[in-house]
Amino acid sequence: MTAANENTSNENSAIETPLLSIRDLAVEFPNSKGAVRAVDNVSLDLWQGETLAIVGESGSGKSTTAHAIINLLPGAGRIAGGSIEFDGRQLVGASSHALEAIRGREIGFVPQDPMSNLNPVWSIGFQVEEAISANNPGMKKNEVRKEAIEVLKKAGLADAESRMKQYPHQFSGGMRQRVLIGIGLSANPRLLIADEPTSALDVTVQRTILDHLAKLTKATKTSVILITHDLGLAAERAEKIVVMYRGKVVEAGPSLEVLKNPKHPYTQKLVAARNAAPRKTHAGGEVAVSVKNLEKVYSIKGSAFKSTPFTAVQGVSFEIKRGTTLALVGESGSGKSTVAKMLLGLEKPTSGEIVIDGKNIAGMKHRELFSLRRQMQPVFQDPYGSLDPLQNIANTIAEPLVTHRVGTRKEREARVRELLEAVSLPWAISTRYPSELSGGQRQRVAIARALALNPDFIVLDEAVSALDVLVQAQVLELLARLQDELKLTYLFITHDLAVVQAIADQVAVMNKGQIVEFGSTKDIFAKPQQEYTRNLLDAIPGAKLL
Amino acid sequence: MIGYIFKRILQALPVFFGTTLLIYFMVFAMPGDPIVAMFGDRGVNQAVYEQLRAQYHLDQPFIVQYFIYIGGIFQGDFGTSFSGQPVSEVLAATFPVTIRLALMAVFFEMLVGVGVGLVAGLRKGKLFDNSSLVMSLLLISTPVFVIAFVFQFVFAIQLGWAKPTVSGDAGFTELLLPAIVLSTLAVAYIVRLTRSSVIETSGQDFVRTAYGKGLTRSRVVRVHILRNSLIPVVTYLSIDFGVLLVGATVTEGIFNVPGVGRTLYQAIIRGEGPTVVSFVTVMVLIYVAVNLLTDLLYAVLDPRIRYGK
Repeated sequence: MTAANENTSNENSAIETPLLSIRDLAVEFPNSKGAVRAVDNVSLDLWQGETLAIVGESGSGKSTTAHAIINLLPGAGRIAGGSIEFDGRQLVGASSHALEAIRGREIGFVPQDPMSNLNPVWSIGFQVEEAISANNPGMKKNEVRKEAIEVLKKAGLADAESRMKQYPHQFSGGMRQRVLIGIGLSANPRLLIADEPTSALDVTVQRTILDHLAKLTKATKTSVILITHDLGLAAERAEKIVVMYRGKVVEAGPSLEVLKNPKHPYTQKLVAARNAAPRKTHAGGEVAVSVKNLEKVYSIKGSAFKSTPFTAVQGVSFEIKRGTTLALVGESGSGKSTVAKMLLGLEKPTSGEIVIDGKNIAGMKHRELFSLRRQMQPVFQDPYGSLDPLQNIANTIAEPLVTHRVGTRKEREARVRELLEAVSLPWAISTRYPSELSGGQRQRVAIARALALNPDFIVLDEAVSALDVLVQAQVLELLARLQDELKLTYLFITHDLAVVQAIADQVAVMNKGQIVEFGSTKDIFAKPQQEYTRNLLDAIPGAKLL
Repeated sequence: MIGYIFKRILQALPVFFGTTLLIYFMVFAMPGDPIVAMFGDRGVNQAVYEQLRAQYHLDQPFIVQYFIYIGGIFQGDFGTSFSGQPVSEVLAATFPVTIRLALMAVFFEMLVGVGVGLVAGLRKGKLFDNSSLVMSLLLISTPVFVIAFVFQFVFAIQLGWAKPTVSGDAGFTELLLPAIVLSTLAVAYIVRLTRSSVIETSGQDFVRTAYGKGLTRSRVVRVHILRNSLIPVVTYLSIDFGVLLVGATVTEGIFNVPGVGRTLYQAIIRGEGPTVVSFVTVMVLIYVAVNLLTDLLYAVLDPRIRYGK
């Protein structure tokens, strides 16, 4: 009697114990002044077969939490307290030997950046086979090879057999991510940690890969921890969401619940940023920028003597009215950045016309272009790469003024003061260097620099893509305000359709070098005409949830 | 690939003609008449002088002399040294010794330099790392002749483990001590180079991913860290191999090694034109070949580098 009772209670407890249980986890990074606590007091439970998303901005500790589970903290990072229990075993303080046995075999890991997470000097096949033989000791060589081909096929690499001998640089980002997912799942782990597995990819590729990941893990009842900065994506893909902010869990619960009734102010802001009201359309004045039949053909070097022509942009025509924004949307490789470069005079068009302020800049000489540059300025994607790390902020912003010999030293300083104010940065920042600034602040500096010469036309090439959601919203707000105040004309290049609604009056969708659809933002979002545009819109994470 | 090698050999031609022409001109422009010098204080008979001048083509214009000399090289005739010995024989006697010495030195550089550098890089900031850095700094800042004399004194004379100087046939064991001395400076550089390269590679994302796959630490180090870290080291090693091949004058002088460095030095002192030019010609060829091999080795280590495309 008692024995039977004990049996049932044991079975029950086996079902009721979570696969992974984290309690009061703290992670520290020691530095010269003591230690920085990157993760503090984090607790969460994950059950077999469940998908849990950890959402947060960069620096919130979401990745660090994930890395702590399998003890792969970068640098001098160390677990300062708490417990991580996986399937009844304590992982905090476990021997490196024990962890090696758990990594890969029981907990799979899919890293963030497909470009840097495969070793460039080994073939794809080698790196998959290595994972398989590490987790199946004693497996024969040809069996490992067969299994590797199987793993890659399952991850969505149709021609796996012939591509085994190729190297990572011969694979596209999406293909590499498939390889990494394949490696993560190669040993049929019970838990898969996917750290921003698709952040570097186009929305459509992202959807295919996440669909695939969901199919694979559902089939094997694998639990998944999905790390992401995108609340919509989290809600769409996971049953439960944990929101992290500054190293702490600020909210946790079922996905839809979190999305619909956010309790913590931070989550509320995140949700609000997602549901930003579409902008009021500007009618605009006369035509400021007009592009007709623009074409760009590159010659790709083949063998030593031959080169094949590659048409990057073909038959592109559009007009932008003064004081309005045109968004140029498309996947990577669609030719949108090439159009931007030609507008800025950084690339010469093969044929076609670019008329800015009544002047055709295609075929313009260097001198003339130089003076025209005062009227058009760029802001680029990477706020880390587009500011000179050795120049302080004041010099960075004043540089266009110096180049174009505008004003005296005193006048330039006054202008820098004005510009900093315009982008809502304190004057105190002027003597600092880019490395001391946050991503959002840097992008504000880049915008201030673009405004220095009082241009009419600004090309924003993925200008907010590298920023966290909330910072992104702030920068977009700033751009809209400046447009109203200064009657600026924007060409906004982006792959992120969510941003388009907030900033653009008109949208041009590009695919394979051509504009496939053109219209007002409202029309494009409400009733897209082309299959390609519909796919792009459908692929926005969480689009269907609200 | 074959196209690439062919292209590189074509590129080597102007290098070959340029350097030999330059060296030939410099020897030509050296003060003093070589034939007068051959006869020393005795003075030379005018008829014999004219005959010798004609025999060595010294009566021809400079550029003709150069092409006669280059034409000879392509037929395997490197000219005759002033002692009457064909230069090709001098080359054949000295280059094998130097090549043996250089190979031994490079072997030490790889073994000690890469080994110590790897361990130091993996134990960044620990005692081994710090002491290896201090040691390498010490070696870099000590002139090679000091190291040579100290080694000669301690290991050969005091301890008697090796002979202090090398005999005519320069055997393997005899060259051990000079090879170690020769390698010290490069070892110090390679320790530092390997160390920083290992530290950089260890921080790469793919290393973390490799651990994430469940690989053991020793496998991650061997397969993922070491190979990637070796790419800059290979460049340094091969350049150094080139330098060692053209002779180490000081070390060869101290240990009396009958190699290229010592022989060339003596030839320059005596103003022996044909010998100097021939040695330099062979050195240029070796440099070009070593450089080509380095670039090909690169492609083996790093598949992203592909030639011929």
